[in-house]
Order: sequence, then C-alpha cells, then structure tokens
Amino acid sequence: MVRQIAFYGKGGIGKSTTSQNTLAALVEMGQKILIVGCDPKADSTRLILNTKLQDTVLHLAAKAGSVEDLELEDVMKIGYKGIKCTESGGPEPGVGCAGRGVITAINFLEENGAYDDVDYVSYDVLGDVVCGGFAMPIRENKAQEIYIVMSGEMMALFAANNIAKGILKYAGSGGVRLGGLICNERQTDRELELAEALAVKLNTQMIHFVPRDNGVQHAELRRQTVIQYAPDSKQAGEYRALAQKIHANGGKGTIPTPITMEELEDMLLEFGIMKSDEQALAELEAKEKTLCSA
Amino acid sequence: MSLDYTNDTAAAEALIKEVLDAYPEKAAKRRAKHLAVAKPAEEEGATSCGVKSNIKSIPGVMTIRGCAYAGSKGVVWGPIKDMVHISHGPVGCGQYSWSQRRNYFNGTVGVDSFVTMQVTSDFQERDIVFGGDKNLDAMIDELDTMFPLNKGISIQSECPIGLIGDDIEAVAKKKHKETGKTIVPVRCEGFRGVSQSLGHHIANDAIRDWVFDKPSPEEAFVPGPYDVNLIADYNIGGDAWPSRKLLEEMGLRVIGMWSGDATLSEMARAPKAKLNLIHCYRSMNYICRHMEEKYGIKWVEYNFFGPSQIATSLRKIAAQFDETIQKKAEEVIAKYQPLVDSVLAKYKARLEGKTVMLYVGGLRPRHVANAYEDLGMKIVGTGYEFAHNDDYQRTGHYVKEGTLIYDDVTGYELEKFIEQIRPDLVGSGIKEKYATQKMGVPFRQMHSWDYSGPYHGYDGFAIFARDMDMAINSPVWSKFKAPWKAA
Repeated sequence: MVRQIAFYGKGGIGKSTTSQNTLAALVEMGQKILIVGCDPKADSTRLILNTKLQDTVLHLAAKAGSVEDLELEDVMKIGYKGIKCTESGGPEPGVGCAGRGVITAINFLEENGAYDDVDYVSYDVLGDVVCGGFAMPIRENKAQEIYIVMSGEMMALFAANNIAKGILKYAGSGGVRLGGLICNERQTDRELELAEALAVKLNTQMIHFVPRDNGVQHAELRRQTVIQYAPDSKQAGEYRALAQKIHANGGKGTIPTPITMEELEDMLLEFGIMKSDEQALAELEAKEKTLCSA
Repeated sequence: MSLDYTNDTAAAEALIKEVLDAYPEKAAKRRAKHLAVAKPAEEEGATSCGVKSNIKSIPGVMTIRGCAYAGSKGVVWGPIKDMVHISHGPVGCGQYSWSQRRNYFNGTVGVDSFVTMQVTSDFQERDIVFGGDKNLDAMIDELDTMFPLNKGISIQSECPIGLIGDDIEAVAKKKHKETGKTIVPVRCEGFRGVSQSLGHHIANDAIRDWVFDKPSPEEAFVPGPYDVNLIADYNIGGDAWPSRKLLEEMGLRVIGMWSGDATLSEMARAPKAKLNLIHCYRSMNYICRHMEEKYGIKWVEYNFFGPSQIATSLRKIAAQFDETIQKKAEEVIAKYQPLVDSVLAKYKARLEGKTVMLYVGGLRPRHVANAYEDLGMKIVGTGYEFAHNDDYQRTGHYVKEGTLIYDDVTGYELEKFIEQIRPDLVGSGIKEKYATQKMGVPFRQMHSWDYSGPYHGYDGFAIFARDMDMAINSPVWSKFKAPWKAA
C-alpha cells in the first residue's frame, strides 16, 4: 500500500528543503519514492535531481497540445538514489490558473501509472491553499497525512492554522489527516514551546524540531540535500530522525481542531510574541518617562 | 382605438394562491413577490402592476432566463454585422448561440458580414492553465488576415475568462495599436448578474468605453438637423426595416440603426444625432442615458407594434421636431390608414374577443399589448423574463385591471396559469411552445416571430395579424380531441 504524504506551509518557510532532505533520508531507509511538485515555480525536486527540472507536466503538455499527448517518461526524471521526480509546473505569475494546472497534472500522473511501484508519494504544495486546485492533494483521497512546516513566526503560525482548517474541511469526506507540525527553527522567542503548544491546540504533535544550521545553505547552493552533501553532519542526522518519525507515523494522523483567530492571538500574547494594547502603551509611557528624566 | 375591458381580478388572485400553495413555505414566500394582479392606479388609464424583479431565480425551479454572455453576444453585440465577434472561452457558448437570433442583415457572410458565423477561441485545458491571452492575440491576427473587410472585433467573455483573470483589455489595446481597428473587450462572463440583463448593461458600457469618442474612419460625416438613431431594434425577421421606412417617410434621417443590420460606423457616429429613438428600453436605455448626459441628446421611447401605438409614437417623435416633420408624420399616418383598414377588415372579425397570455423578454410583454387590442383581442396575463422595476412601472400604461402579472415565471407556474386560464393564444418562446400546443392552446413565438416577421411598423402589422389568425383559427385545433373519447 502506497503512502501518500504532503508538505504544506507558509511560503518561504522551507517546505521544499525540508521535504527533500527528509525524502533523501527515507530513500536511504530503502523506500521507493515519487515526488509530485505542485508549485508553478517547479523547485520541489531541485535538490534531489541536482538540477532544476525543466520538463514540467504542464509546459510539455502546452507544447504538445494537451496532456493526452504526453508519455510518463517525458515528465518523470530519476534523482538521488532512484527517487522519481515530477513537477506540475504552471503559468508565469499573473496569468492563467495555476490551481487548475495542479489538478490536471496530478490526474495525468495518476492515470499514467506514476503511482505504481512506489512506497511513498510526496506532494510539495505552494504556500497557502488559495483555491481548490492547491487543495487537490488533500482532496479525493490523495494524501493521507499532511505535514505542516512552520516556525515560531506569527505568520507561519497563522498559515499553519489555516492549513489545518483546509484539512478539517476534507477530513470528513476523504481520509486525509494531519500528520504533525515540523518546526523549522527561526530562532524566535520560546519557539519550541510555542510550536508544541500550537500542536496541542490543533490536536496534533510537533513531530520534529529542525534546528537552524548553515550546512543546509551550503548544500542548497550546490543543489544538494544535506544528506547527499554532508552525510555525516549533525544536520543530516536531524533529517534522518525526522524521516524515521514520519515512517513510524503511518496511520497515526489526526483530525485537526483549528482554532479561531482570537484564540491564536491570545496564544501569541501569552508567549509574548504579540503585545497587548495595554502592554504596548505601558512600554511607550515608560520609554517617554526615561526620555524626560534624562 | 384602444379596447376598454377589465379582467377578473378575483379569479387571478385565486389562481396565484393556488399556484403558490404547491411550493414549500420558503419558496412560496419568495415567489409570491413576483406574482400580482394589475390594480387600478391613481393615474388615469393606467394600472399598477408592481412585482419584485431582477433578483436571482430560485434554485430548483425551471427558469428560462439567459446569462450575461447571452445578453451581450446574443443581443447587443452579435447583430453588428461588419465586426467579427469572438466567443472567448470554451467552445460551447459560441456553438450553441451560433447563427444568432433572427436578426436579419444585408451583406455577404464571410466577406463583409459576420453575424451568423461562430468564431471562438475554443479554450483547452492549456488555455485555462496558462491563460488565453496569447491565443487571443494570434486569433485576432488570423481573423484580420482571413476577413480583411472586417471593421473591428469584439471579444465576448465566457465564464472562465473572469475566473482565470485573462487580461483581454490589454490584448485589445495592443491589437488596436497593431491593426488600427476597433477591438472591443466585453466582460460579460455568464456568472455575472441574475439574467441576461446585466449582459446588456455591460455591453452598453463597452460601446461607451471602446467605440464612442475614438478616432473614426468616418471623419467626413456631416450631421444634419433631422438626424436620429434608431436604438435597440434588433431587426428580428427584418423588424427595423419597416420602422426605418416610417421615420424616413416623415422626413427624418436615420444615421444609425442599432444593432440589427448595424455597422460599427453607425455606432461610432451616434453621438452626432439630434435625437435617440429607443425601442427596447430594457437592453439599451443605458447608452441612451449616457448620450443624454454626455452629449445632451434627448431620447424618446417609441412603440411600432400595431396602428394605434404607431400613430401615437410617430406623433410623439414628430413633436420633438418642427412643423414640417409634424405635418409629414400626419401624412404618413393617413397614408397607411387604408392598409390598416384592410387588415382590420380581414382579421378583426376572426380575432375579436380572443384572449392572449404573453411571457417574453425585453419590451414585448407590454409593447405588443395594444397591437393585439387593435385586432379586438384582450391581454389576460403578461410577464417578463428579466425586467427591472421600471419595466413594470411602464407596463401599467398597457395592461388592464385584473391582468395577471408574472415575473421570471417558473415552468410550473406558467403551465398552471395556461391550464387554468386557457387563453385563446399564448405568445412566448420556443421552450414554451410545444408544451402549450400539447395542451391544445394555440401558440406563437414572440421572440423570433416563429420564422415569420417583420412585426414592426404598418407593414409588420399586416403580417402580425395574419400570423395570429393563422395560429388561433387553424383547423388543426378542431381535431384536437381524440375521436374515440367522449366529448
């Protein structure tokens, strides 16, 4: 039985980096993997292929006329240790409908047997779930577990909560579950505690805390995962740990309980990330006082 | 000449109640606002027939309304003959509106006229995902090569254009620069509004924004003192031609006829007219109001159905001009009186006292009422597909007390009304035609004139009278009862 997982999260949070490093660790564990990049930028497989994939499903389809004119081999490339890589691709920013593109691409891959003979299908989806197309991997019994990549930054937390709402919407009709939060350290205040607190509120787990490490940058500049570039590094170990946790997490996903905007704001106040109006005023007054007395 | 009669108010009210009883409570409450009986009004000779209108149809009922694309492409823009009209989007919308309505035009299709051609960008998955603007750009070039005599191109948006945010305005501007021709983007996506009515409005706005006050190839046009535009006659079955004839006979110069048999230049020079004469108020009042505000051109509503309304209208129009025109108008009326007399002599005795129910769009639910009455027939019920409040206000001047009024009538309601009232004639559209005839009730299509026409003007009245007689007095109705069934 193939396991389908998906990585969601705020734009720029490190979804693609985290997912590719994790999948590189999973392939070391002997798993057969297919990556379905669902971002018009087509950068979900760059570290696995050690190059940016040029032949996306939609660009080839546009050239050939329609997806019916494509063969699976045209769009599937083999990367690090046999990981199969595909990218949906999509229009340049500001035109057309990227969401529809994701739907088209996923249907094509499924109908043409890309999902046969793999243990894992991993979807890497852009930033927010802005429309039905980007919800495709959570819909219609595609991904079974969603991993939300987040950090201690306010907007990342908002995004995580929103994604949980999207999962909840489809949890009833399909089998989609929230697998857990992956905290990608940004070195904000009390980040680990905050991530764990949010996980509790969302009825999930903080599956792994990935510490910040410049080695990731070094590897990325060389279009490689840390696993490939520095297999013995501490950071490679972190991703291996995450991969093991995800591997052991099959079927353990939960139906999330997203919280209201107010609850989320209260939580941020509690952790001192956001200041209440009274606090802000008091600080301002204190500041003025010191200025006057000086 | 107008007939004096009233209809049975109590019976009509009972009928409305009976029909509403079949609905669930919530639907009944909503539909009740759209059904009414014409009541005596304060103004003499008018009735009040206020119903709620121009709001969304209830999901689940059968409505015969169209969409904004239908209002723009099908009604306002489509008949302009020397432009190519692109149905921008997937193939269906253009395919199923192919050939347009019966708006006649002079010209050679595919050479200098393009009305009955189906031109579509035929969206594929690829166009949805990557946008249809590149395709549209290439398509306009191809059209210009294939049809060098086209004067311009209009882009009629189908639903997906609005969904994916295709920038058709940018394409229009770019292609205008390259080809020098008028390119008109129209944002008439079908999901906008509650009926075709918003499409008319959007199409009117597109004329204002993309045709008026643009450099025109017709710089040489010299305005005259008797210039008028004949607005919102779509020339169904050739309607606009006998109308134009009357205006010209009374000394006016028709410098534009919209949009039946119209050319782009006729639209472009419209702001140079002295007066706008508007036939279908619903679909083109917007552009007339604009021309009044911006260019100070007054507008007059007229009605060329049936001799009494024609005479009234000709006098109303003439009153806007000097005595020579007024005198000529009287001459025109007198000239056609023998024709009217002969039509009435032939048909009135055969049609007198017959009852009529109407359900159409635009202006006809009120405008044709007096034409029937001229033939001695009575209107017992009427309603609009997509009217607004101001249409129902105007209707009061046409219908008698006790007339059943139904707005955006549902299939069920109309069927019940016809069944219970059993009028001698129903005038509606193709979707109602066969169901009505199967009930044994004579029927005429009042959208398309049932492959006949014209019905406008004195010439049209003769044809109108003949057609109604043909429908009502056809011997086929005497064969309606199966011989083996007891009477």
